[in-house]
This record gives sequence, C-alpha cells and structure tokens, in this order.
Amino acid sequence: MPHSVSPDGSQADSQPIKCEPDTQSQDVTMSDAPSPAKAEKTNVNLEDLFDDEDSDPEFSSSVPGVKSEEEPPHPEPIKITSRSSFSDPEIMRAFYQRLFPFRYLFQWLNHSPSPTNDFAHREFAFTLQNDAYLRYQSFPTADLLRKQCIQLLPSRFELGPVYSTNPRDRKTMRKASAFRPLAKELVFDIDMTDYDDIRTCCTGASICHKCWAFITMAIKVVDVALREDFGFKHIMWVYSGRRGAHAWVCDKRAREMDDSKRRAVAGYLELLKGGDQGGKKVNARRPLHPHLERSLNILKEHFQTSILLEQDPWVEEKAAHLLQLLPDQKLKEALQKKWDSSPSRPSALKWSDIDNVAKSGALSKGSKDLLEAKQDIVLEYTYPRLDAEVSKKLNHLLKSPFVVHPGTGRVCVPIDTRKVEEFDPLSVPTVTQLLTEIDEWEGDDRDKQLADWEKTSLKPYIDYFRGFVGRLLKEERGGVKREREETGDAMEF
Amino acid sequence: MIRHDFSRVDSKRRANLDYKKKQFAKPEFKQQDYEYRLNFYILPPTAEITLEQFETWAINRLKVLSELEACSFRNRTPEETAEYMTSILNKYLPLRSNSSRGQNLQEERKKDHYSHFILRLAFSATEDLRRRFSRLETMLFRLRFKDDDLRERREFVSSLKLEWEEVGEDEKREFGSELAAVSGARNEEEQEWFKVDWERVPELVEQRRVFLKRGKAYVMQREQMSLVVAEFTKRLDEALELTAKALPRLDEDDRLAPILAHLSQSFTAPDAAYSSSDAAIDGLSTPTADSIDAVSQHFPLCMQNLHMTLRANSHLKHFGRLQYTLFLKGIGLSLDDCIIFWRRSFKLMADDKFNKEYKYNIRHAYGDVGGDANRRGRGYTPYSCQKLLTEPLPGPGQSHGCPYRAFTQDNLVALLQRTGINDRDLLKTVREDVGKQRYHVACNRVFEHAHKREIKKVKDDGSWSAVDLDTIVHPNTYFKRSWLLKHLGEGNVGMVGGGEKMEE
Ligand SMILES: [Zn+2]
Repeated sequence: MPHSVSPDGSQADSQPIKCEPDTQSQDVTMSDAPSPAKAEKTNVNLEDLFDDEDSDPEFSSSVPGVKSEEEPPHPEPIKITSRSSFSDPEIMRAFYQRLFPFRYLFQWLNHSPSPTNDFAHREFAFTLQNDAYLRYQSFPTADLLRKQCIQLLPSRFELGPVYSTNPRDRKTMRKASAFRPLAKELVFDIDMTDYDDIRTCCTGASICHKCWAFITMAIKVVDVALREDFGFKHIMWVYSGRRGAHAWVCDKRAREMDDSKRRAVAGYLELLKGGDQGGKKVNARRPLHPHLERSLNILKEHFQTSILLEQDPWVEEKAAHLLQLLPDQKLKEALQKKWDSSPSRPSALKWSDIDNVAKSGALSKGSKDLLEAKQDIVLEYTYPRLDAEVSKKLNHLLKSPFVVHPGTGRVCVPIDTRKVEEFDPLSVPTVTQLLTEIDEWEGDDRDKQLADWEKTSLKPYIDYFRGFVGRLLKEERGGVKREREETGDAMEF
Repeated sequence: MIRHDFSRVDSKRRANLDYKKKQFAKPEFKQQDYEYRLNFYILPPTAEITLEQFETWAINRLKVLSELEACSFRNRTPEETAEYMTSILNKYLPLRSNSSRGQNLQEERKKDHYSHFILRLAFSATEDLRRRFSRLETMLFRLRFKDDDLRERREFVSSLKLEWEEVGEDEKREFGSELAAVSGARNEEEQEWFKVDWERVPELVEQRRVFLKRGKAYVMQREQMSLVVAEFTKRLDEALELTAKALPRLDEDDRLAPILAHLSQSFTAPDAAYSSSDAAIDGLSTPTADSIDAVSQHFPLCMQNLHMTLRANSHLKHFGRLQYTLFLKGIGLSLDDCIIFWRRSFKLMADDKFNKEYKYNIRHAYGDVGGDANRRGRGYTPYSCQKLLTEPLPGPGQSHGCPYRAFTQDNLVALLQRTGINDRDLLKTVREDVGKQRYHVACNRVFEHAHKREIKKVKDDGSWSAVDLDTIVHPNTYFKRSWLLKHLGEGNVGMVGGGEKMEE
C-alpha cells in the first residue's frame, strides 16, 4: 500500500510565505511566518488524544475530528529513485505527513492531557529550505504544528523555551519584561568538533565507529551524573544526525531552573580548560571529587581500547604532546630517548613505557605526581567535552528530536542509554530509506491499521520515545495530584 | 514625624493582622534592639523616623549600592572591591561589630535596617529593578559577612535558625570516602556537614565543592558563607516579590511617594546590555555608506578613533574592523551598505583580495553567513563598554578597545583635542578619572560636556527623564543619545527607552 504525498503542494489554501531573512534589522526578531491559521479553531477531543498510549490508530493522519484537508483520500505514491535527495520538498513533505511523531512530541512538551501553555507558549524556530530562519513560532495544538511543517517544509526546526506569553504576541507586550522565558528542558550538546585535536581516525564532518566512542563515553559519564548526583530521572539522549548527541533533561525540577542553576550544572560537569595551544587541559584537584572519581572509573577501560588502540594518539612526533603532559623532567628525558629510537611504537606501548621507565629508576620525585598526571591524561582524552554555552541559557534553542539532519538525511533518533554501546550512528535510518521502507511494506494492514512509521525502521525509536513520554506524563500527573493535596489546607483561608 | 508601616508588605495577611494588633496594643512603637551587626532584614522597622532621615538614609545606601555596582562594572576582584568600598562604607553606611566598642552601634544598625527597607519599597516595582537591587544587596551582605568578627558571625548565623538538615553519623559513615574527597580533610570525624537541595547552593555545585547525591548537596561547615549568602538572596527575592504585589495597595504617605519615585529613577541605569532600541532612532534616516563620515561626529571616542584611523591608513586590523562593523550594524547600517563602506575605505586593496578575505567577516558579523547559532542570533551583538573595557588591551598596530583605557594620558588628551574637546578643566578631570581607572566616568563626562546645552534644555523642559540621561554604558547608546540631543526639535523627543533587549 503506497503512502501519500501531494507533490505539487495541494494545500488548497496555502498562503504566500514571506520569509526572506531581514538583514536590515539588528533585532533578533525575524520576520514572522504567517500564523498557521490561528483563527481556525479545531474541535479536538483531547481526551481521545491521550487516553491510550498503546493503541495508536492511524497516527500520521492526526486525530478523529481534525482530518487534515491537505491530504487527498487516495494518496499517490511517491517515487523514490536513486537520485532522490533527502532535501527534496516531496521527501520532506512525505516525512512530515507520514513519519514525524507530532503527537508524541506534543505530549512530551505539553506535560498534560489537555493543551497547556507549556506547549502553546513554547517557541519553535524553523529553518527553511532557502536557509531563512523563522523564530518565535508557536502552536496551540500538535495538528497546527504539523500543518505548518507540511506547509513550510522546514529542513529542520528547533525548540526554545516556554515563554510567559505566546511568542507570537511578544511585540504587542507593552513592557519587554512581560515576555520572558519561563521554562525549558536542561539540555546538553556534545559534538565531535570539540574532539578534533585528539581524534585521529576522521576529520571534519565525518565519523566512524572508532570516534563515535567519544560520544558514547560522554553519554555514560554525563547520564550517570545527572541521575545519581542531581537526581534527575527523565533524561533523553538524541542523536544529532551527524556527529554528536543532545541530552534533554525533562524533569520539572530541571525545566524550571534559572540560568544560575543551569550554569551550576554545566560547571559541575565541565572539566577541560584551555584552548588548542597545547597546554595541559586537565588539572583536577586532589583528592578527586566523587563525580570525577566515578567518571575516571568509567573511562579507564575506554581509554585502553578506544584511545590507546583505536585512536593511537601518540605515534611519531605526536608523542611530544604526551611528554608535555608528564611531570618529571628526568622521566621525560628517558622516555624521549626511548621513543626517538622507535617513533612508530604504538601508543599502548608508549603508555606502559611510562611506568616501566619510571620503575627502572628514572623518577626523581615521588610516584604520586606521576599517577595523578596519568589520571589527568586519561581524563583529557576521554572526559566529555560539552558545548557548555548551550546548557547555561534557559533561552537557548536546540534542534528538535526526530527532525532530519539536512546534511546526512538521518533522523535525529533517541539513543537508548541502557544499550548505549550498541547504538550505531551509521545505521540510523535516513529519510529516503524510511520512505522506501513504507513503499516496500508487505504486511497486511487492512485489519490492523498501522501507522506508516510502524512499517519502518523508525518504529523502535518512536516506541522508545513513546515510553519515555509516557513515564514523564505519569510523573507529571502524579505531581499535579500531590500539589492539589498539599495546597488543600491553604484553600481554607 | 512620619511612621511608615513596612509590615503591611506581607502576604500572610492573617499573621500580619495579629502582628499589627499586638503593635497597636501598645501606644508606643518599640525601638528594635539590634543584637548583631549583620541583618537578614526579616522584620520591618516599626519606629518613627523623620522625613529627612528617611530621605538621607536612603540616598546614602543608594550611594553605596551604586559604587558596588560600579565595582562589578569595572570588573574589580572581590579584594579590590573590598578595599575600594571601605572608605565609602565608613562614610555613608558605617556598621561596626560589637567588639569595636563603637558609640553608636544601635544607631548605625537602625540606619542600615531602615535604609534597606526604604530602598526595598523604592525598587520593587519592576523585575529589572528587583533583580538589580537583590544582586547589589547580596554583594553588600557578602562584603560585610566576610569582614565580620568571627565569633559574632557564628552567633549571627546560629540565630538565623536556617533549616539545614544536619548530616547524621550514619550517613557520614556511608559516604565517608566521598565526603573526605570533597573536603580534602584527613580528620573526617571533626567535620560537620549540612544537607540541602542542591539548587540552594549553585555556586558550590558549579565549583564541585559539595558532594551531590540524588539532588541533595552535602555542604561542609566552612562553606557556610555560600549557604548563608544564598539564603539571604533567596529570602530577599521572595520579599521583593511580595513587596511588588503589595505595592499598589500601600496607602502611601503623600510625602513619601515622590521620594520613592525619585530614588528608583536615579537607580534605573541600564545594565551594560545592548538594547536593539538603540538602533531605531526617530528622525534619523537609515545611515548609508556615504553618510558615515557625517554622522561620525556623534560617535563615542572609541569609534571616532577607529574611524579616523581607518581614514588615515585606509585600513584597520581585524579586531578594530570587527568592533567598528558591529557598531555600524548597531546604528542601523545595512549589510550591503556596510560592505560598500568597507570596500571604499580600503582604497588600496584590490577587489579580489577584499572579496576573498574581508567580505565574509562582515557578512558573518551580520549573521548573514556562519553556523546556525550565528545566523540565529543575527551575528554578533555590538560590543558594550564593559566588553571593551575587559578585553585584552590592543597590541601594536591595533586600534580597537576603549581609548580611555588603552591610551596613555597624553595621547588620550591629544585624541580628545582632535575631536574638538579643548576645555582645560575638563581635560584635567578626565586625566584624573582615567588615572583612577574610571574610564566610563571619563567618557560620560566628555559626553556631558559636549552636550551641555542640550542636556540642560531637555532637563529644563522636562522632555527627557532622568532615565534617558543615565550613565552611558554602550557605544551605541552614546551615538543615539548624541544624535537625538543634537537634533532636538526635529520631531524626536528622546525616544530612548522601550524596545526589546537583545538576547545574549
Ligand atoms: Zn572516526
């Protein structure tokens, strides 16, 4: 059964879209996209939307009662050819119509069965195919967001904070302070760019399994700290589509943090200092803070395999950097001599040379300094390198989960941290692959109404997301009940 | 005599009523006894003070807070700030410890107490004011806490009865190694630990000076200051919120309202952020590549210097170009005109080289190219004085930064003279200002001198408020205000305020 797209834009009432970037203005405000038919009130029965998380009839065509007009009853097949590119408008339209999990995204951001300002006042920012960038978009319902996506076909979109008023109304506020960010998930961004000085397997935008290990290590270390130390429970990791990962910490306590608290968490997790000038980037205080001690224990193993064997960072003249990180002049000279005579000696051997040479008497000072320096080196090569600025600001935007990375065509899927070692960025489905899978679906879907995404390899990822959102909503609802009970007394006077 | 009932600013109406009843039961308002030097300002004042005291005390405290703000603005270290503030505090708001055996301890503390509450009233109206007031009061509290007599400080802290859960022996044993790692101490048995939600001690968390376990921060005794200060801020913020809500209900003494209004107005200097409203100037036609020479007479010295250097050398080095480009962007020059401006200014350069090596940077500064974050933010924000004053000094051949800071005094005076500033007294005072590293004071002084007549006029006819004439902390504000003042009566009456703040 083929799926549908309307290749020539069959939305009957599509308005002209003005979205040229306005280079004249200094304001961060971008020209607004047309409001997605705000007046058009939909009679959504929201209870239907949320009641059963498990049965999911015909997800992609939204809910009963809000049949989208754009969709012709008999969809025409889309032709995926070898020349189809994931940024073709037809491809993006099919993606938003058939695959993107708007409903769960809505539930995730709304925190409640009936629509709340958590969703309605949330900023969305669209990057269009012509690279125009539309900020301060907002939507009362999942369906209106979906309509806008199908209409504008953004190459991707980002999520900003929930504001005190509707972002679309921000200019009508008399006082600037009436429009201010209230809440957003605590987010983290780990990108391979920050590892370029120690990555030997690839450069630039490319990645392979060897260097993905950096991201895996980072996820392990940050995730356990957020859970064990800060007590957060609802943490979702998302593949950024090319060479990194994002974390979304969704606990209410995290969402309501102001900038000083976000800065505190980012600072707590940050370790590496200094730029590319070759200096020592880790100078951890001793005794190691429990978080660093735990991180070191996690990272030690990875250091042996992912760093020493796979990255082999100190071959030839690159051993100079290792020497630079060691404390003892006499030891350094002895090692220098040894390595000069066999420069191609693999890094793993050079690493063990350090202790061996030290034991053979080339150490002028105590071994404690050396041990600590070696720990610092392990951390320098393995400890997470966060783009901390992203985490520090409540109003920072971050790419939404499940959008398509415009450079690779891969969908930004969640990473199951219970199986983080198994996650393979190179096997994450691309949008064209997914659409082909729908076309090639051969199951009998007449009696069992399957959504299109269920016919594709996107299914496990959306299932994971659905479970995540379900747990979050369950806790939020429990929280609401508790709050009501607690304020019960106060209502008396 | 005047009695102001601060206690009305309280959300717990019922408790408040009881409190008042009790108070009214006695004919005399009780003089509060100040046992400690430090004060969390929980209880509002209850005794009577004169109108004159009311105003003088508030102004004195305001002076202290303004100086504190200037310290942070000039990026002074805590030690430098403490040193600088000593004489100011002694003069305007002395507050001595019990052990000092001072004569007027009670009077000093009363003044500290009352002035705090008066300013609280004056500065609770808007969120910006509240945030600033809270930040500065916190700075003041921290300053005093640090130099307090140790024994008195301990007594004060225990009098606060802060609800910090003490970590019991069992838990200390359970997390023995973790706690030892955090404290770095050997004799772990001696150490006392408290347990609080980590959000209450963000500074300590940021520096990993606490042990964290499932959202609780384990804080050791000697980190107490952070806890106390964080608690001070938290309570003050809450109190300010309540004051703000109660403000419209206050049946203000008629004589107080104007004083309070005046106080808050003289405090509304903007933070050193660039406001996009600085770009939109009523009556100013959008600048073009051709008009920069003409409008440059309104530029602050830092930008005039760049402009003159550019004209003299037909070139500017990278940081100068960046600083100037962003400023021009800030005054409303379009990207296209900016490219034209630079193209023409680099007279000696071939098109090819310009296009290859310079054009991209200009477009990048405007957010026309670059990564998402850059384009999203519309490129970089025009630099504030704070930024210019805290960046590394320009090296040989470079001309960016703030001339008041970067130039020797003689060179600075020569530069000012080239821009038409010749008043000897003024130049002498500017020398003194920069000698004391009060660069922005010098710059504002020059501005005031150059616009003396216009400022007098808008003050006299009341068309500009005190806010519109507050200290300039951004080159683009300098330009805007200068342009408006020199074009008075041309349909613009000082549209200085308003507009959205630029993000980041
Ligand atoms: Zn690789």
